Amino acid sequence: MSDSKPKARPLSPHLQIYRPMLSTAMSIFHRITGVALALGMIGLAWWFTAASVSDAYFGFVQGFFYHWFGRLILFGFTWALIHHMLGGFRHFIWDTGRGFELKTVEWLVRANLFGSILLTILIWVIGYGVRA
Amino acid sequence: MSMRSELSKVRGLGSAKSGTEHFWQQRVTAIANVPLVIFVVWFVIAHLGAKRADVVASIQHPLTAIVLILAMASILWHMRLGLQIVIEDYVHAPALKLACLLANIFFATGLFAVSAYAILKMSFGL
Ligand code: HEM
Repeated sequence: MSDSKPKARPLSPHLQIYRPMLSTAMSIFHRITGVALALGMIGLAWWFTAASVSDAYFGFVQGFFYHWFGRLILFGFTWALIHHMLGGFRHFIWDTGRGFELKTVEWLVRANLFGSILLTILIWVIGYGVRA
Repeated sequence: MSMRSELSKVRGLGSAKSGTEHFWQQRVTAIANVPLVIFVVWFVIAHLGAKRADVVASIQHPLTAIVLILAMASILWHMRLGLQIVIEDYVHAPALKLACLLANIFFATGLFAVSAYAILKMSFGL
């Protein structure tokens, strides 16, 4: 143990040497949607608070979310939520040690992406149905 | 000569000082989130464009208030754990990292206090 000089050890390959794939994108998407949802939670807390304050203030907040920009935020929030939840299901499967074959992974990330788009649209159709 | 095993010497020395507990709580809250988040989404959709009185009336049912508070607790705990990992992955300067980790805890706890207070206030009809 006399030689304490750092040796040139092999490094694990860095991210950029891998070919970008859908599964890579979906992995980072789980993180992005998680952080986006965290910001969205401010909106939910704001909505509850407004409902507990006064008619006028609640009307203002309902108006904010009804504005096209507010609805855009809500639509994005719905999609992030559904995408993150389905991604969570994928993690649950992986946690049991299953679903690591490349074919299965490819299938899972596709199901995640298309499933989240489909479910989000479905929720909004139902939402507009409830309102009408 | 030390009698300690190699494993016991390094235990707790990882960047997060702990791991399994964090992982496990992330999973527990993730599973709890599924029904709770569906309930919250349904609750918000059901009150699209509603008057304040309608929202208050719904929350006055004890079960609604309890489930909403559980939802906020589970979601925000999950959020706190998740954001912690993101901070630990990207913020490396010790002082800034500590500040971010503290801010994260205050953020989650604050949001919970504000939401739970609002829900209870409506539920008690104040
Ligand atoms: C709807 C049910 C949800 C499920 C099933 C779920 C599932 C999960 C799982 C399994 C992880 C761990 C991923 C990993 O170990 O890499 C995770 C991470 C995370 N979740 Fe959720 N989640 C849900 C809702 C939410 C909500 C509502 C928020 C925000 C308030 C949120 C924020 C986060 C964050 C910030 C992370 C960390 C992301 C990362 O480390 O890359 N999740 N989620």
